[in-house]
Amino acid sequence: MRGSTPANPIQKMILGRLGIGIFTLFVISIIIFLAISLLPGDIAEQVLGQSATPETVAAFRRELGLDQPLAARYLDWIAGVVRGDFGQSLANGRPVADLLGARLGNTLFLAAYAAVISVPLAVLLGLLAALWRGGWFDRIANVTTLTAISFPEFFVAYILMFWLSVRMGWLPSIADPGAAPDLGERLIRTFLPAVTLVLVVTAHMMRMTRAAVVNVLGAPYITMARLKGASRWRIITRHALPNALAPIINVIALNIAWLITGVVIVEVVFVYPGLGQLMVDSVSNRDMPVVQACALIFAAVYILLNLLADVLAIATNPRLLHPR
Amino acid sequence: MMKNQMGMTRRGLLGGAAGITAAGLILPRMALAQDGPKRGGTLKIGHSGGATSDTIDPATYAAGPVVTAMLAVCNNLVEIDAEGAAVPELAESFEADAEARIWTFRLRGDATFADGRRVTAADVIASFNHHRGEDTKSGAKGSLAQVKDIRADGDGVVVFELTSGNADFAYLTSDYHFVIMPAKADGTLDWQSGMGTGGYVLENFEPGVRIVLKRRDDYWKKDRAWFDTAELLTINDPTARQNALMTGEVDVINSPDLATLHLLERRPGLKLVEVTGTAHYTMPMFCDTAPFTDVNVRLALKHAINRQEVLDKVLRGHGQIANDSPIAPANRFYAADLPQNSYDPDKARHYLKQAGMEGLKLEISAADAASVGALDMVQLFQQSAAAAGIELSVKREPDDGYWSNVWLKKPFCVSYWNGRPTEDDMFSLVYAKGAEWNEAHWDNARFNELLLSARAELDTALRAEMYHEMQGIVSQDGGTIIPIFVNYIDVVKDTVAHGKVASNRFLDGWKAVERWWQA
Repeated sequence: MRGSTPANPIQKMILGRLGIGIFTLFVISIIIFLAISLLPGDIAEQVLGQSATPETVAAFRRELGLDQPLAARYLDWIAGVVRGDFGQSLANGRPVADLLGARLGNTLFLAAYAAVISVPLAVLLGLLAALWRGGWFDRIANVTTLTAISFPEFFVAYILMFWLSVRMGWLPSIADPGAAPDLGERLIRTFLPAVTLVLVVTAHMMRMTRAAVVNVLGAPYITMARLKGASRWRIITRHALPNALAPIINVIALNIAWLITGVVIVEVVFVYPGLGQLMVDSVSNRDMPVVQACALIFAAVYILLNLLADVLAIATNPRLLHPR
Repeated sequence: MMKNQMGMTRRGLLGGAAGITAAGLILPRMALAQDGPKRGGTLKIGHSGGATSDTIDPATYAAGPVVTAMLAVCNNLVEIDAEGAAVPELAESFEADAEARIWTFRLRGDATFADGRRVTAADVIASFNHHRGEDTKSGAKGSLAQVKDIRADGDGVVVFELTSGNADFAYLTSDYHFVIMPAKADGTLDWQSGMGTGGYVLENFEPGVRIVLKRRDDYWKKDRAWFDTAELLTINDPTARQNALMTGEVDVINSPDLATLHLLERRPGLKLVEVTGTAHYTMPMFCDTAPFTDVNVRLALKHAINRQEVLDKVLRGHGQIANDSPIAPANRFYAADLPQNSYDPDKARHYLKQAGMEGLKLEISAADAASVGALDMVQLFQQSAAAAGIELSVKREPDDGYWSNVWLKKPFCVSYWNGRPTEDDMFSLVYAKGAEWNEAHWDNARFNELLLSARAELDTALRAEMYHEMQGIVSQDGGTIIPIFVNYIDVVKDTVAHGKVASNRFLDGWKAVERWWQA
């Protein structure tokens, strides 16, 4: 931001954090691998279910190489990943990359849709609430968003679906856009799930915005700005907000990460083929390569968004680069 | 067209009952369809039970949308019609020798795979061998254990040699695992092609999301496959499934939520398709483990469960009371006149006294993975058994791995069976001595003897008599409590028409895509 000197430390920090991130992913993959192997039953028993017999289970395991020791299977898998090959689903033999491709796109689309609505909305509401703090707007905004976040997502989803879809018939109740959707169709189909997510994430970001802004409003330079005659809106957006950005960015990053990784219930209710559903199905089937790939994506999302949040926070406040 | 249908269906039927019932089948179907089926339109099904792990490998089908789709894409040698009879499908005719040990299936000459290739004996053999042998991982392996050899007799004839006679073998070939797919050059099954001889081709298959089927113009059945396209959406959430039907996203759903079914039924434009099939809830007790070794204990428990209450509260009436025998009213040789085991605490006490086990304490293992409402059922059982002086404690087991770690391992647990179209298949799989899935470790000499003689008996009257006696034995001596049969329920928009529906699974015996049409 200011000259060329801080650029190098930032680069250094990014590289360092990426390195730690890759190490984290590696550790996560081991933990997930061990955790899944601790669950009762393996894929052969899960897929065959009631019709499993000792011979068919043994044949199943033989075919998938599940009769190998745990460590050998892990090394085999990680060797493939290093070469960029995520392997095949144990359950249906499809390449993991194919399974993930479309679903990752869907998940990112829905998350982006919800974020594009909720982030500006939350920040704006937060600023207005800070502007009129203690007033009726502040209270209504707080009560409404807190109410929305307090209901479980599936409840919000069912209520929206019941009114807007079943009763009014305005919007479709199924969000699956079909095999070859166009953008308009997609936006309409995913509107209800996006709104559900907006209602769930807005409160958190709005309250953080309000709190952070209110926090700096007591600072002497705000009094100075007021004394020189700046309008209240200008004080909040030009003087208070820039200094309150770091915590807001962090909360936004966490919420966006949640929008990508934590929306499986909304996916189920609206029949939306995203990553969450894939991961849940794969865990219940003990489909290791798919679980691993999903887990790595989710972990990478968290790592990258946190890194991005820190970089942005430092960009707004370079002092953060030098922790005391 | 009528003539064509009759000729086709009747040709080469197995003599006896099958022939008679099958000939009667076409008439009611036509009579119900006043305007007659017409071509065109799209059928959209909101289907439960799909998962991202679904595969089109017949060895490891999961019983969900994949089966509904693959039964539209493929044919079997034989299909089950609305009357529960086995009628020829890809087999033009089938016949057994006098001992019912050698079965000969003659294939149709006009059935082709989607790539235009004619179906031959090699394809049939590969389709069955896929479920046999050392390396198969098929869930249907057990059913084919009786097959000693499969051989071709020219291109158009397949001969099955069984280890012992089985008059019902033709029925077995209608199992959804045994769809006919093309063989590879090395004799293995090319299931990866997703190709069959059915009326539809697989156009899009996204496991756990959707399956899109497109009609084939050159389908060999002229009176089937009416819709141009069919879409099967996986909707596992019951509320979402119902909403999809109400908002018109889909035309048909299966397994509606029983708690709200009466409300859904009230909506105009929707109708219920409900059949009592062979599906039943069971509670097996290990007959070789105390205290279940004593038949009096088993009888006490059979009289300590309030079947009507289970039916009313767990299934909300959508089922039928069962009599501790797995043979359902939908089966051919169902014995309706047997004395019914019913809730009677005094009788239960009496049996306990006989066994010298008053104040019996038991533990039953249960999880909803076994069947919908299984936990509710055992809780009701707990209450009704308490009135009979039996202290039943419920051990809640995890859903994951239930079939591997609890079922067949714990001496008293809950289980579920979809049932089988034939008495022999059901009894052989679960009630015969030494059967892999004999969940109650039950061994009754008279029953086992009857099972063998009934299997090879071609005289229908004699078989009926034997199966009657066997149902009586299972009901009184058997180690399995079978309180209820559960209905198959679909909810259908009135824009979709159908004939009499088969009762061997939901969605018209899983063949709705091929059998139903646009109203």
